[in-house]
Order: sequence, then C-alpha cells, then structure tokens
Amino acid sequence: MSPRFRAGDAVTVRAAYPPGHIRTPYYIRGKRGVIERICGEFANPEELAFGRDGLPKRPLYRIRFQQRDVWPDYGGELEDTVDIEIFEHWLEPAAREITT
Amino acid sequence: MSEPAHGHPHDHDHARTFQPDHDDGGPLPYLQVMEIATRELLIEKGIITPDEVRRQIERMDERGRWRGARVVARAWTDPAFKARLLANGRTGCEEMGITDLEALHLVVVENTEKVHNVIVCTLCSCYPKPLMGLPPSWYKSLPYRKRVVREPRAVLREFGLELPQDVIVRVHDSTADMRYMVLPRRPEGTEGWSEEALAAIVTRDCMLGAAVPRATDAGKTGAE
Amino acid sequence: MRKHHDMGGTPNGPVDTRTHDPALWEKRVDAVRNLLGHKSLLSTDEHRRHIEDLAPEDYDRLTYYERWILSLSHHLIEKGIFTADELGRKMADVETREAKDREQYR
Repeated sequence: MSPRFRAGDAVTVRAAYPPGHIRTPYYIRGKRGVIERICGEFANPEELAFGRDGLPKRPLYRIRFQQRDVWPDYGGELEDTVDIEIFEHWLEPAAREITT
Repeated sequence: MSEPAHGHPHDHDHARTFQPDHDDGGPLPYLQVMEIATRELLIEKGIITPDEVRRQIERMDERGRWRGARVVARAWTDPAFKARLLANGRTGCEEMGITDLEALHLVVVENTEKVHNVIVCTLCSCYPKPLMGLPPSWYKSLPYRKRVVREPRAVLREFGLELPQDVIVRVHDSTADMRYMVLPRRPEGTEGWSEEALAAIVTRDCMLGAAVPRATDAGKTGAE
Repeated sequence: MRKHHDMGGTPNGPVDTRTHDPALWEKRVDAVRNLLGHKSLLSTDEHRRHIEDLAPEDYDRLTYYERWILSLSHHLIEKGIFTADELGRKMADVETREAKDREQYR
C-alpha cells in the first residue's frame, strides 16, 4: 500500500465512532492536524485485537495537532501541540489553512 | 517436561502463598489467588515453566533506567550519534550494544531551549519496555492518562516543573506501534563530565518529560 | 459514545507522582503476559481489548495488574487454554493451601 499522505500534508481525523478496539483516541476525532512523519506500515490493531492477522499492513502517521485546535479553552497564545499516531484509514485530506 | 500435578514446583512458592506484604493475617486477595492459580495451571499444562517466569522477571528488572540514561549521555557527548539516534531511535540504541529490543520501534524526541516533550499513552500504558523495563506507576495512572493531553503544563507543575510561556510543550500520545523516549537537555554545570556521571543524573522521569536533569542531582538519584 | 478506557482529556484529580516498585506478584503477572506473547498465545492487541472490555467500575477500582490478571484469565478461557472450571478449582485449592499456611505460620 503506498502512503496517501506525505509529511506536511494537512489532514482531518474522521468523525466516526465505531465500537470495537480502536486506537484513534476519542478526543482527536474530527480534528485537523499536519502529518509530522510517516512511521511505516503496520497491521491493523482493530483486527489484531480479535485474533485476526490485521493485513494488509497500512500506513501509520504521526500527526501534529495544535492544542488550541483540540481543546476549546486551551491557552490560545500557546503553540503547544499533541502528536498522535493514526492509521491512514482514519484520515481525510484537509484544507491547507483553517479559515476563521 | 512436566511439573507435579499439584503445583508446588518450588519450595519457595509455598511461602509466596503467604505474601510478606499481606501481613495483616487476612486471606490472600481474590486476584492474587487468581494469579497463582493461572500461573500454576499454565505450568501444569506445559505452556510455561517456573524458570521461564523467573528469567523473564530478571530480564525486566535488569532493564531499569540505565540503558536509556546511557543512550542520553552518549547523545549529549557525541553530536553525530545524537543525529543518528533522532533519525532512528532503535538503531541508535543498537549501536550502543543494546540488541535485545524485540519488536520495539523507538522515536526519540529532543528537548531544546524552545521545545519540551512529554510522553503518555492515554489509551493504556505503552512504554519502551524492551529498552527501559517497566514504567513508573504514575505514568500508568488514570489521572495522568486523563489530564496530561489536556493540561500538560498543570500536570508538569505537579511534578515540580514549571515551563515558560515561550517554550512549546509537545505531548506525544503513544497510540500505535511507536514508543517514545525524551532526550532531555544537557544541564549546565556538567562540562567535562564522563558519560557515566552524565547517565547518573538522567532519571526515568526525565526520559518521559516529567522532569529535567540537573547537575546538582549528582550522587542523589537512586534506582529511578 | 466514548469507551471508558479512552480517557484522554477527561477531568481528574492530581497525579500521584511518587514511584512504587511493583510487588512480586505483579512482576509475575507481567512475566506471564510476556511469555504468552513470546509463545504467540496472546497478542498485545488482544490483551488490550480484554482490559478495555472490563466493566467501567472494575476498570476504575482495580489496580493496574489486577486489571491485567483478570483480563488474562478471561483471554485464556476464551482461547481454550484452560476452562473456567479448571481455574475455579485451582483457585479454591490455592485458597485452601494459603489458609493452612496462615494457620501454620501464625
């Protein structure tokens, strides 16, 4: 599987809420971030959790989110970030810049 | 190789059913009974052996904070090594002869004058165990997992660490296959120190971003 | 709906920043979990899923390794490594032996 995204791409985490074993944290669903790096390709934990092989491996990315974009009342002047590993099937392309 | 049907594979197992830290004379807690029973059944069925359990405990105990601390000390004294470590945490460790890293994918994140990194696993307790052994209890605690992504500066303050407004705090939530180690900043007052002396002031908390090493810690840090 | 274990960003009280060394029984749980992994009888993901499936009250009330041993036994029964009956009988046996020890060492 060749990666859909590259470092620097803006992406949005899909706002989906399936049951089961999910490694995309609730707090980041629907949020916009930027690809910090491609980590490689790994088997899908959502399937591995049930004893299946989780194949095909798919790209895993580290994505950098501005904390002020994640939490409504995070100190707005701060450039603090939260970096999270998210699998490609949870990501959609986002607009380059946020329009406010 | 099979063990006797009624599991007393080692004499000292007898003593372990009466746990020293449970000296109140009361019965062994339900889940500690479950631990003994589960392990004995697995031994009886030939799935594990007592020696394997003992060796695995030993392996984990040996892995404390020193391996990570030595990697940090090397990175502080050798800029080319540091660059390689930051590019690939695992191969950096392997260069130093740390080769029992199992399936570890290690990302080393560097603290600088402008950036302070903090590690968490909000979903469970992911930690670079093949490198550093078992994580500290606070790292696995529910309050830490809940709060540090949302208010890292407040949580770090509880560790006694106050960060200026112009330092960027980066929280790394270890959600998938990567594991993280913070490369702290080398403190002032350590010029000319040996790698051994430098490693001695790098605690586990420093490699998680909950503390920063200080020259004045020399001789004070114990096992952690 | 947010699963109970997926707790990033929810409120809580102060962090206990002290370090407690694991008890020996806890190190044994950790060791058994690792050995099962090495022998391909338990994957990290299966282990996590079992922990996540614990009732929220148990998740909050139990200590870290208490969650682990409970989840491990659920997994081993589900996998057919031993039966609930075998485990129950062995646990009763352990309790009997331990009660005798307490009597003896009183």
